[in-house]
Amino acid sequence: MKEPKRILDVKGLQTTFFTDDGAIPAVDNVDFHIDEGEVLGIVGESGCGKSVTSLSIMGLVPSPPGKITEGEILFQDKDLTKLPERKMRNIRGNDIAMIFQEPMTSLNPLFTIGDQLREAIKIHKRDWSKQQIQDRAVEMMKLVGLPRAEGLMKEYPHQLSGGMRQRVMIAMALLCDPKVLIADEPTTALDVTIQAQILKLIKELNNRLNTAVLLITHDLGVVAETCERVIVMYAGKVVEEGPVNTIFKNPQHPYTRGLLESVPDMRYKKERLYSIPGNVPKPGTIQVGCRFADRCEFSFDRCVQEDPPLYQTADDHKTRCFLFDPKEAAEHDRTAVKS
Amino acid sequence: MSQSAVENKKVQSDKVAGPWKEAWRGFRKSKIAVVGMGIVIFFILLAVFGPLVTMQGINEQNLPERLLPPSSTYWLGTDDFGRDILSRIVHGARISLWVGFLAVVGSALMGSLLGILAGYYGRWVDAVISRIFDIMLAFPSILLAIAVVSVLGPSLRNALIAIAIINIPNFGRLIRSKVLSIKEDEYIMSAKAIGMKDNRILFSHILPNSMAPVIVQGTLAIATAIIEAAALGFLGLGAQAPAPEWGKMLADSRPYLTNAPWTMIFPGLAIMLTVLGFNLMGDGLRDALDPRMKS
Repeated sequence: MKEPKRILDVKGLQTTFFTDDGAIPAVDNVDFHIDEGEVLGIVGESGCGKSVTSLSIMGLVPSPPGKITEGEILFQDKDLTKLPERKMRNIRGNDIAMIFQEPMTSLNPLFTIGDQLREAIKIHKRDWSKQQIQDRAVEMMKLVGLPRAEGLMKEYPHQLSGGMRQRVMIAMALLCDPKVLIADEPTTALDVTIQAQILKLIKELNNRLNTAVLLITHDLGVVAETCERVIVMYAGKVVEEGPVNTIFKNPQHPYTRGLLESVPDMRYKKERLYSIPGNVPKPGTIQVGCRFADRCEFSFDRCVQEDPPLYQTADDHKTRCFLFDPKEAAEHDRTAVKS
Repeated sequence: MSQSAVENKKVQSDKVAGPWKEAWRGFRKSKIAVVGMGIVIFFILLAVFGPLVTMQGINEQNLPERLLPPSSTYWLGTDDFGRDILSRIVHGARISLWVGFLAVVGSALMGSLLGILAGYYGRWVDAVISRIFDIMLAFPSILLAIAVVSVLGPSLRNALIAIAIINIPNFGRLIRSKVLSIKEDEYIMSAKAIGMKDNRILFSHILPNSMAPVIVQGTLAIATAIIEAAALGFLGLGAQAPAPEWGKMLADSRPYLTNAPWTMIFPGLAIMLTVLGFNLMGDGLRDALDPRMKS
């Protein structure tokens, strides 16, 4: 089988916010990559750095106070963190596109859908004729499954439902055939049926156009449905990485286990849904040791004394937990999973 | 691909109502605002066409007929030089509206530009621009206008410039605060995410979206500007004799207040009505354009 081509390679990314309380790394030493045509999920709760990771890739970290302080983001062998703003603009929308959480506010209320789609094409395809631009916009509208595309082009955002607007946003993102689509919580603001439709659409477009998708979400259900590989983030660090099936069947990091435990399951009647005790540590408060240690039922002395590295536990599975250090394995029973 | 019926139903209506059209609908609902607009339109028509139809000249002195009360020949009476007050008020409408309009356009343009820069770029740009606004607002506006006119010399044009300058911070602050909130909106982020340039985002996304309060403030500011122009005229710092400026007419009528009150009443009434019209219209616009007022 042909080795899949790497399209985006994030190495040692650190994005720091310089606030009055000091420098806070919102994303700390994060590594991951996306292959051509792959759907990669990033899961984690609010404030774990998923959105900052995506904004870092786009070069849209609000600055000040944010800044990419270390690491590189390789896209087609170019380091995006070192590109000047002018070149970065050519990549945004053209090579890497992004859709956001709130379809209700992601479109300018004063312009018609058509105006905004056409404008998005014009930015990158300056030599296209009006007719070409119009045709492309209508074609994309049809591709994302919007009915009567020509009519919709003349309507204003407030006349569309949330699901339709998110379809428009996806159409807008895909107008210039990007290699990577970053979807930051694309379905969070939508109700469940529309959510399923949008996910199906993303998956379908991924198959058809071979666009790699970086799907950022806090919803494990979304990941299970859509992604091939998944990265679990906690407090700015990657804690576990692996194929979706492996992660769901054999979660290794206690945090991932906790996350999976706290998803409601129709097959078992539970009195109460499991929740991970404690709260996400305030960014910047934990200097040394595992960031999950104080909420972890398996933690031991070493967890608060050293930073755990990512242990390669299988060919395609990595975990940032001392339980998977071969030296510790004898002492701690890592199979202990509370159920 | 199958579409949910809900999504289809949502777009059944083919009628396209833009945001401006919706605002007009809201505006029409308020009777008082429509009355205000009527007054404003009346004075605009007066300013545009009035001078063509008034029978009397504006500056021809006719001393034997001085200080005549309103009659069938002189509908609003004559002033101390025997000039027809109606003709002068009609011509004065042209001056007052023109001054109000130009001054407001000038200050809105300058204020919007500065406000947008301050709001969008923040940091030292914001600090410098905002402090200048603060300093300007620290003076009572009419005092500042008098100071500007004293520097430039008294004339109608300089009064206009002075009024434009003193109104800049009002617009600037308004736009700045609006930009501060708009730039956090997601469509700005998504515009950036499709690779749009800064100045394009500023002028094609942020500016149009911050226009609503400027229109409201602009309408209300025309009223203020007309009063300020009249005040400067009254003080002899604006329009110079023999220009038929309303404030100047008021000032000239002072000695005859008791024996010929019409020389004062009618110019004063003209000022009051115009200002009232603009204020009513501005209030109506604010209600129509303010999203919080929408049901």
